[in-house]
Amino acid sequence: MEFTAEDAKGLFAAFAARMQAERDALCALDGVIGDADHGIAMEQGMNAAAEAAKTVEAGTLQDVFNAAAKAFLNAVGASSGPLYATAFLRAGKAAGARPSMTAGELRTVIVAMRDGIVQRGKAEPGQKTMLDAWAPAAQAAEAGADAEAIAAAARDGAEATRQMVATLGRAARLGDRSLGHPDPGAVSASMLVEEICRAMRG
Amino acid sequence: MSLTQKLINDGNAAVDEMLAGVIAAHPEHLWRPDNAPRAVIAKHGPRPGKVTLVVGGGSGHEPTFLGYVGKGLADAAAIGNVFASPPPQPAVDAALAANGGAGVLFLYGNYAGDVMNFDMAAELLEMEGVEARTVLTTDDIASAPRDQRGKRRGVAGNVFIFKAAGAAADMMLPLDEVERIARHANARTFTMGVALSSCSLPQTRRPSFDLPAGEMEIGMGIHGEPGVRRGPLRTANEVADEIMDAILAEMDAPRGARVAVLVNSLGATPLMELYILNARVAERLAAAGLTVHKTLVGPYCTSLDMAGASITIMHLDDELQRMIDHPCDCAMFRQG
Repeated sequence: MEFTAEDAKGLFAAFAARMQAERDALCALDGVIGDADHGIAMEQGMNAAAEAAKTVEAGTLQDVFNAAAKAFLNAVGASSGPLYATAFLRAGKAAGARPSMTAGELRTVIVAMRDGIVQRGKAEPGQKTMLDAWAPAAQAAEAGADAEAIAAAARDGAEATRQMVATLGRAARLGDRSLGHPDPGAVSASMLVEEICRAMRG
Repeated sequence: MSLTQKLINDGNAAVDEMLAGVIAAHPEHLWRPDNAPRAVIAKHGPRPGKVTLVVGGGSGHEPTFLGYVGKGLADAAAIGNVFASPPPQPAVDAALAANGGAGVLFLYGNYAGDVMNFDMAAELLEMEGVEARTVLTTDDIASAPRDQRGKRRGVAGNVFIFKAAGAAADMMLPLDEVERIARHANARTFTMGVALSSCSLPQTRRPSFDLPAGEMEIGMGIHGEPGVRRGPLRTANEVADEIMDAILAEMDAPRGARVAVLVNSLGATPLMELYILNARVAERLAAAGLTVHKTLVGPYCTSLDMAGASITIMHLDDELQRMIDHPCDCAMFRQG
């Protein structure tokens, strides 16, 4: 099955729809250990990314990802802006300057997104950040797991942040008080991985 | 749960509509480049040969940050969404619009998002041949232990730290000196706050956190992040004492030292309560043998509509006193 530049635009539209639907739930999660705006940032960022992706004409996969990266960053700032902008740029590079790839190659997109997030945020697994969903998803993708298993790895990773004490980002100042609550960035990340996996299945 | 009542039109447009109102109110002090609506520049102040001081961060803390843009203080501010760091572009636009050719100092609170975005802005400026350095404010003593000062967040102490750096730049000191003075000011500024109620974001219009009646959050951040602990609401004197005990223990100032004081509202707490706090702060400083050189009382660094207050003490020396006394003329803060 092919994954075309048009499908990439569709993927960003799916990201935007999912973040719109989950906005208030993500804000409520963030209110427990952060500043309650994560859902807003993700919705605004993905809306801008989807809009920018849509306007790319006759572009390559990389063109679509690059346009989305720039739009996400400029709409959001915050911490998710640089992290996802870098992730999308790396994803675009992995997808390449070509009109399409196989849907199975979306695994390399997940791996590249993890790499971009590590490069920009300098986080390590276990610090209760979005990386705790992206890293297990990327590992599963690297191992050639199917779409179901990759999505499950991301969900399990997000769920596991409940048992972590934040040591990076704004919640780090809470110390043990962050225990028992999932990281909102990891939860939204697992939702994005689910959308990529849905596209992988076609 | 009912939505909180706010005088807004559209939660997503709140920041841009506020900026339009600010520019309309203060045309003598502030302007924005046509293609950079989130960069607010001082009308007077930026000039050739002067270090460009750029501050910035999320909205919702007004008069921080844009209120401190003006002659003698910051040259420009990069404005983010509510409680969210601005992206790199407004910071680049702000620096270039105010560029005096003597280098740029980015000065802002220590938050992961701000650091990533301003670092990207600094990289973009370097590519344009503009030297950009960064000093992070870390005055909130409740946000990390004393031996991890670099992990602390920047809160209301920004006002004094920005003031010192702005004065140094206005005195035409070189970038090395402006940076040194900003670091020195930050090292000697200590803040702690309490929240009595949650704030709510214009986009959600729901309380950002749940604080039951009769309780307060101690060591609260300025974005509604939880503090170090929660406890029963106590009297103004008890709250001032707890905060002053913590600050005095850290500050370690000898008797006879001079200080600057900021008793700050987080948004909803009225002047009456701030002055009640300040009465106790003054007593405690006198008892410690410290001389109050200057006191600011009011909403200087807010957290939307949160009820609560913070106390900031800057431990002055001759140099910092000169910087704090230096005249400035901003839209929302004037001196001398």
